[in-house]
Amino acid sequence: MRSNELNGTPRHTPYHPKWYRTRVSTYWWLHQWSYLKFVLRELSSIFVAFFVLITLLQIRALSQGPQAYAEFQNWLRKPLLITLNAVSFFFVLFHTLTWFNLAPRALVVRVRGRRVPDTLIAATNYIAWLAISGIVAWLLLGG
Amino acid sequence: MAETIVLEAARYSPEHHLEPTFQNYEVPFRKDWVVLDALNYIKDKVDGSLTFRWSCRMGVCGSCGMMVNGEPQLTCATFLAPYAPGPVRVEPLRYFPVVRDLVVEITDFMVKLQKVKPWVIRKDEKPLSEGEFLQTPQELDTYKQFSMCINCMLCYAACPVYGLDPMFIGPAAIALAQRYNLDSRDQGSKQRFDILAQHEGIWGCTFVGECTKVCPKNVDPAGAIQQYKLTAAKEWFKSLLVPWGSR
Repeated sequence: MRSNELNGTPRHTPYHPKWYRTRVSTYWWLHQWSYLKFVLRELSSIFVAFFVLITLLQIRALSQGPQAYAEFQNWLRKPLLITLNAVSFFFVLFHTLTWFNLAPRALVVRVRGRRVPDTLIAATNYIAWLAISGIVAWLLLGG
Repeated sequence: MAETIVLEAARYSPEHHLEPTFQNYEVPFRKDWVVLDALNYIKDKVDGSLTFRWSCRMGVCGSCGMMVNGEPQLTCATFLAPYAPGPVRVEPLRYFPVVRDLVVEITDFMVKLQKVKPWVIRKDEKPLSEGEFLQTPQELDTYKQFSMCINCMLCYAACPVYGLDPMFIGPAAIALAQRYNLDSRDQGSKQRFDILAQHEGIWGCTFVGECTKVCPKNVDPAGAIQQYKLTAAKEWFKSLLVPWGSR
């Protein structure tokens, strides 16, 4: 007899039969790669927020004059911050790519009654991304 | 190639067991057999007490959904061959209470399905003499994908949100609500709005996207939910700008 069997004879009760319910493990997101990917995608927003914070701090330092900005740049050169920024960059990239690829699922555009193909909707995002990045790069480097 | 394959079937008898156990069955390995064929072989030839649901065995009725090696599958549409040399683990659909062996309790889904009113709602019925409601192929195309749902509940078994929060209305029910919302003959979207646009409705969904991946009918419930999130957000903005307008 197995250890979890109550006994050999059926236990008839006048009540409703007992259903078995499984508890979802706290680590459910480690059981499947797709779940882990989802959790990483959700976590990536923390790193997006971190980038926003860094940018805000940078603007503040800029407004406080050249010395403050130089100090800020020195602060950024700390190994901890370089590591944090590198990890953040990876996550922000992951965030962007996953959400751009998911956009067509939420956005149904119909032109003359026909649904615009998913790849075209995703491509629009990528083109906008490239264009804006190009403008920013031009402003910083050439402008 | 081995001539037999081992099926590890989950067994649970509420009168005898505190929790499910696995029982191994050796079944003939045939290239043209699906998991359901193996289960029926066990039922007919080896152990008549093995309990599971099935009906059409052709991917239409949606009764035979089970976990096959941890993945929600229609057992009638899942061949044994890719799992060779085995073993193949067959369990009841995840996140649902188990009644017996591979049979789950589905009242929860049935109640939720009814809540979203998945039928054509008309403000005023027109008399039969005026004929049928006509629809263009393009109008049909807007909701057709969502109408392919067979209520097999694989999407619920794939959805960690449903597992963690059993109050969540869930993928299939929302997709079916959307199927009627997008139907040109339907006028009931306002009635469905309050059920769908609440936390246990669309906003509970975090877009894991697994529901769409496991759907045997390519319904894309995750897409339906995200599309409705857009609709609900637009409605909310409208009510903010024009509070006196009827929603």
